[in-house]
Parts: sequence; structure tokens; C-alpha cells
Amino acid sequence: MDSKIVSTLREAIELAGLKDGMTISFHHHLRNGDYVLNMVMDQVAAMGIRDLTINASSLFDCHSPLLAHVKNRVVTKILTDYMSGGIGREISRGIMEHPVEFRTHGGRPSDIAQGRTPIDVAFVAAPCSDPMGNCSGKYGKSACGSLGYAHADAQYARKVIVITDELTTYPLLDWSIDETRVDHVVVVDAIGDPRGIVSGTTRITRDPVGLVMARQAAQVIRHSGLLRDGFSFQTGAGGASLAAASYLKEIMLRENILGSFGLGGITGYMVDMLKAGCFEKLLDVQCFDLNAVESIRKDPRHQEIGAEHYAGVSGRSAVVDSLDVVILGAAEIDTDFNVNVHTDSSGSIMGGSGGHSDTAAGARLSMIIAPLQRARLPIITDRVTCISTPGRDIDVLVTQAGIAINPKNAELKRSLISAGLNIVDIGDLKEKAEKLTGRPARPVPGEREVARVIYRDGSLLDRIYNVRQS
Amino acid sequence: MSKIIRRASAGTLESSDVYVEVWPGGGAVKLDLESVVELQFGDAIRRTVMNILEEMNVADAELRIVDRGALDCVLRARVEAAVRRGEAQG
Repeated sequence: MDSKIVSTLREAIELAGLKDGMTISFHHHLRNGDYVLNMVMDQVAAMGIRDLTINASSLFDCHSPLLAHVKNRVVTKILTDYMSGGIGREISRGIMEHPVEFRTHGGRPSDIAQGRTPIDVAFVAAPCSDPMGNCSGKYGKSACGSLGYAHADAQYARKVIVITDELTTYPLLDWSIDETRVDHVVVVDAIGDPRGIVSGTTRITRDPVGLVMARQAAQVIRHSGLLRDGFSFQTGAGGASLAAASYLKEIMLRENILGSFGLGGITGYMVDMLKAGCFEKLLDVQCFDLNAVESIRKDPRHQEIGAEHYAGVSGRSAVVDSLDVVILGAAEIDTDFNVNVHTDSSGSIMGGSGGHSDTAAGARLSMIIAPLQRARLPIITDRVTCISTPGRDIDVLVTQAGIAINPKNAELKRSLISAGLNIVDIGDLKEKAEKLTGRPARPVPGEREVARVIYRDGSLLDRIYNVRQS
Repeated sequence: MSKIIRRASAGTLESSDVYVEVWPGGGAVKLDLESVVELQFGDAIRRTVMNILEEMNVADAELRIVDRGALDCVLRARVEAAVRRGEAQG
């Protein structure tokens, strides 16, 4: 065989033997610029295939055409780790017969590896590939950097189809997925819209409330006992989390602390910390911006990792098990420290775990940064609308009005108090917020189950019900 | 009795703010409310608006309120500003 190139997507799908009732998979490195999922679904629908299960590492609003395939019963089941609000709102109306299954970025590849969620055909959106399917996200006009979420799909799916818009000569070096896993290669004009794939720059918040929280978060890390040579760290791409990283960077440089690695979805800020000498290495399951893409392409200290290696539970270990500190966000957090990142306060789906509960479980210190209220909705509640990450895995909540410590961390509490930080009771923070906002009425959920939240070990964490139409 | 004699507005459509528009009514107070926190605070918002109008002796006006999650103090300020801009100078 001198090439696996198939001239059309239709032909590749036929060769892969896709039939009614099977499972197909997608990864989300092209984020809100992805063309591949819609391209495949339109083709599959045109071929008359029905009753498919979609296993996608995340779904963004660019994937809204999927909703039409749901209504036509081309797709009857969805497994994903994250779903943005536009699609989530429709799912929350109860349009599907089977509830959506939410997993985590670690749970998804582990369930694939262990055969709990087998994939018949995996579609890999590859910014460059050679004719035999050695492929990478680092090169090409649609470059997105890491392809970490696609590793398990490529490794375990029965058939693997690579879709690329940049064909290189054989052999492509520095591959992310190698030819041993790939059945067919399809070349298309474009796999995505570069404007939606990565943002030009991720920005630090200028909101004074965000900056106050960020400074407090950096001080918590500083006095946690974990900030020493060898320190490892993950943070999200949210404005306050990035600001916390920038305060942390100042502290590490001033105190001459050399960390071992930065982890996660990687932003330009983590790249800056690598270049400044705060970390020796970056481990990257997904690039969030152009600086991260350039860094993973050029800097050998910046390494791609698969999702199972990042956060899985099926292997002997995962990187999250070696993580010191993670900074995470929350749509809601309750007085038992349970966190909701799946739904808004009205119960409508607008997110998902991603790596939230994986990193919270693995990290020695898992910290939530959240303001007391957003647009009049208090963030601290008696009970979150949906449990995404159990409170036992959350150590600290940082707000603009003080820092609440999970009661299980008595020692940490003592150190932070003696460091002079403003440590408060989470219940008092809740009261304080409600004095500002008033006490919200709680929307009553519907009776139809629209989604299940499955923890990284496979256990059922919570159920999400439909939102009543007003 | 305060009399609304012209169309007036206050506030913005920014998150955490509220846009209030007021104009002469047809003999009573009529309120059209759209809020991102309708489920949680819709009744509280209506109560606050009616209270301010009563405090300001406004009994004949139409209001359109587009709320983006304003705190109660912001809502009160915006409604009061819109009414003062729309009322006959005392």
C-alpha cells in the first residue's frame, strides 16, 4: 500500500463499514472553529445512516447543526465532557430520548480504553497528515497544537479516519498519532476556521474584583507549603485564573523557585512562565492560543500528552496524580464545597467537567476562584444545582470577600491564618452575598432526565433534568 | 403627584446593569420586564419598581425594563433617574 488516501469522505465512511446504531467519535482541538463534526454528520445523514451514538470530547456552539441530526434521529445518544450553552439549552428542553452522558477528560479515555464505551469509527481532525496517516496538530494552516484528546480514540477505535487540510510528504516527523492506528486519510479544503480554533491572545482580567481574588489565590499558594522547587501547577484560561498565574509568576521569580511542570490546556501565560524559568516543562493536552501552538511546535520542553495520560484512571498513573496545585472556576459552589460547572442557576446545561474533577481529585491543593455573585446570582448556595466535582476534592474557595477552607484541611487553615490571610466561613460568605443580591427563588426542575454526570471512576455523580419552559 | 411628560431612559444593557425606559402612561402604571434572572428575582424586581414609583408618587406611566442582573440598589437608582428625566420639572 502506498497511500491510505480516499478521495471522498463518503467513500471513507463506507470503507470503515459504518452502520445504523454504531458509535462515532470526535475530539475538540479545533474548538469553536471545527468543521469536521458537521461535515461528517451531514455526510452520514445523507447516506441514510441512523441511530448513531456520538462520543465527542466536547461540543461547541459551532456544532449546533448536530441538533437537527438529533431531531431526525440520525443521532440518538450523545457522550461528551463539555457542551456549550447554545447546544446545552436545546438539550435541556428534553429533545433527546436517551440522556446525554457527561464524562470527564480523564474518565472518557479510560472508559474507551476499558471497553465501556467502544468506538466503531473515530474521526481525527488533523491539521497535517502524510498519506499513511502519521498526523499532527502542530503544523498546517489550521494548526491547533496538541491533539491529546484524540489519542485514546485513535488507539482504541475499530476504524480510524484522519481528515486533514494539509497533506505532507511521507513520513511526517513529530507525529501525534502514528500510521499504525489509521485506516483512511481524507483530504478536504478546510477542517476549521482558524479564527474559532484558537484565540489570538488570552487576556488577563482587568476587573478589580477578579484582580483582588487573583492576588489572594497567589498568596494561598505561596503559604500552602507546596510552592518550592519542583512545584507543579495547572490553571484555566479564565481571566481571574490567568491573573492569579501572573501574580504567582512574580512570586516564583522573586523567590527564585523553579517549578517542575505546568499542566493542562496550555495558554500563552503558561508559555511565558516556562520561558521566564518558573517551570522546567509544560505538559499539554490542548492549546488555547497561538502562543501555545507556536511553543509546542518549537520548544522541546513543551510536550503533548494524551487525555488518558493527563487525567485518566485506567492507567497505572496519570499526570494529575503528580500535580501540586490547580486553580479552577465554578458556576456554583455549595457550603459542602460541591462545585457545579455543568448548568447555570436555572438548571440549563452550559458546560461540563472537562478536567475539573480529574485535576481536583489529583492535585494536592485544588482551589476554586469565584466572585460572591455574578449578575445578581449568588455563587455560593446551600446545594449546587448539579454536582460536577464532589466537595471532598475541593480544598479552598477564594472570593473577593475572603477565603473559605474546606473543614477537612485544618492544617492548611492554620498556616493561612498565621500568614495573615483573610480566612472566613463559607456559610458567612453565602450570607454576605445574599445580603447584596437578595435570596434567589430556586427554579423547579422538570421530571425528564436530560443528562447524567458520570464521575471519573465510572460512578454516577448526578442527574440533570429538563428546564421547564416558561 | 409626579407626572411623566416625555420619554426618558437610564442605565445600559451591560451585564449587572439594567436599562429602564419610561414614557407617559394611559392612566395607570404598566410595566414590561425582561430579566436574565426572571426565574430567581422576577417578583422581587417588580416589587422594587412598584415601591419606587409609589415613593415618587408616579401613578401614570409605562416602563420597559431590560435587566441584565442588576443588584437592587442599581435597579432603584436607574428607575429613579429615568423617572426624574421624564417628569415635569417641579
